Amino acid sequence: MSTMPVISARNLDLVFQTGDGSVQALSDITLDIEKGEFVSLIGPSGCGKTTLLRVIADLEKPTAGSITVNGTTPENARLDGAYGYVFQQAALFPWRTIADNVALPLEIMGLGAEEKASRIKRNLDLVNLTGFEKKFPWQLSGGMQQRASIARALAVEPDMLLMDEPFGALDEIVRDHLNEELLKLWATTKKTVVFVTHSIPEAVYLSTRIVVMSPRPGRIHEIIDCDLGDDRPLDIRETPEFLRIAHQVRDGLREGHSDEA
Amino acid sequence: MITMRDFFTGRLVPVLTILAAIVVIWYGAAVALNAPVLRDFEKRAGEQTQGMEFILKTWSQPKPTMPAPHQVAAAFWKYTVGVKLSSNRSLIYHSWVTLSATLLGFAMGTALGVVIAISIVHVPALDKSLLPWIITSQTVPILAVAPMIIVLLAAIGVTGLLPKALISTYLSFFPVAVGMVKGLRSPDILHMDLMRTYSASRSQVLWKLRIPASVPFFFASIKVAIAASLIGAIVGELPTGAVAGIGSKLLAGSYYSQTIDIFAALIAGSICAILLVTLVDITGRFVERRMGVKP
Repeated sequence: MSTMPVISARNLDLVFQTGDGSVQALSDITLDIEKGEFVSLIGPSGCGKTTLLRVIADLEKPTAGSITVNGTTPENARLDGAYGYVFQQAALFPWRTIADNVALPLEIMGLGAEEKASRIKRNLDLVNLTGFEKKFPWQLSGGMQQRASIARALAVEPDMLLMDEPFGALDEIVRDHLNEELLKLWATTKKTVVFVTHSIPEAVYLSTRIVVMSPRPGRIHEIIDCDLGDDRPLDIRETPEFLRIAHQVRDGLREGHSDEA
Repeated sequence: MITMRDFFTGRLVPVLTILAAIVVIWYGAAVALNAPVLRDFEKRAGEQTQGMEFILKTWSQPKPTMPAPHQVAAAFWKYTVGVKLSSNRSLIYHSWVTLSATLLGFAMGTALGVVIAISIVHVPALDKSLLPWIITSQTVPILAVAPMIIVLLAAIGVTGLLPKALISTYLSFFPVAVGMVKGLRSPDILHMDLMRTYSASRSQVLWKLRIPASVPFFFASIKVAIAASLIGAIVGELPTGAVAGIGSKLLAGSYYSQTIDIFAALIAGSICAILLVTLVDITGRFVERRMGVKP
């Protein structure tokens, strides 16, 4: 039995009009993402990986081609609360405590006080931030802030997480730790995750499929399956299988770059 | 402005130094400005005083061109502590009359400014059409407009507090409107995108993002606005020959060449301004602390 893909893009083009001419951010993107997949978009800057994520989230409109999210338009999917979006920066409101930041989308959804409180508790627990409810964002480290923003995205209880280089600004140790936690989270909740990164090990460690993109114009160069199984301890990164996939991704990125030379 | 904290951060000494310099210059100016009149007076009386005696005389004229600091201080003391609060001569009473018009005008001006800013931010057409008029409104000399407003309102039976307050409103809505337009537009794109991913309505974006983000801009604006309100209220008291208020004291003083009284009234006005601005400052800090601003 074939299920419908959660995200289905066909020949997407996106051209930005800027002061000095137009920029082709996305060119002929065709991609299906199935329910429960963890898909990474990887590529150098300017390859359109963030733009593609923003199109899925209905933060940008494609100029040509078609895309459906949950079988409907990205706009309808957004209005239905289909996804939680995690930005590169935590983007917490500085005047709200951690608990109130997590409450923000719930207030907008108009949830009752009891439901709100239980979701705040559950999701802060999930990202190991219990006890920090009353702190303001500046009182937390960068990694903790980003965890709070993940809790905020999860509190909406979406079927899909869209993550735009969420750990890009963090140091390696914190990043490893959060990668591990994210993987656990994905394994337990079976949400569909679309994850933008420019780190090869991060992409290979987390993903079930890796979409290698190349710049100018932003397009898909290669899609690599990454079947490392569900159980992925951090030291899986030393295994030959991991290194083989990482190598393949690196080759893909290099080829993508050489196209333009 | 001097706050309690300055005593500990060492700003008091520089402030006092400047104050001392001002007092010295003031005494000097009193001698220079009062001397010609005094010479003239002595010539007619056939007297001739010299040196220190003459200087002391310039500092103790009953109606000097320029009153000396101690004369102003004595008058200020007399009209604040020395008379009953209900007395027509009490500067505290007159200050209160002016302050009540100031506060009413400030409240109306702040409300108007915020409403204008919210409209401008939400209706792009207003940004282009309304803002130039708002700026133009402030180029009109208030001293010329104030009598017309007072007289026109008196003609339709509106007198007392409200006309003065309206002039305060006229002066104070402007900094609030301009500051709040900036404040309401201050949220970064990231936060606006975040609200969009939640499909937040415009009013949710306003209440949950734009207004909290604008709070620092709000307090910076109303600090200017409240000082402008006080000036508006005093100016509003000038043309009517108002019976009460700091403006009326200034006017009465100039009618009867009571320069000492004028200066005492000016001091009262300055103290009102300091009190109001300090109040805004303290409120601002309190609100910021409540909003979790890093101390």
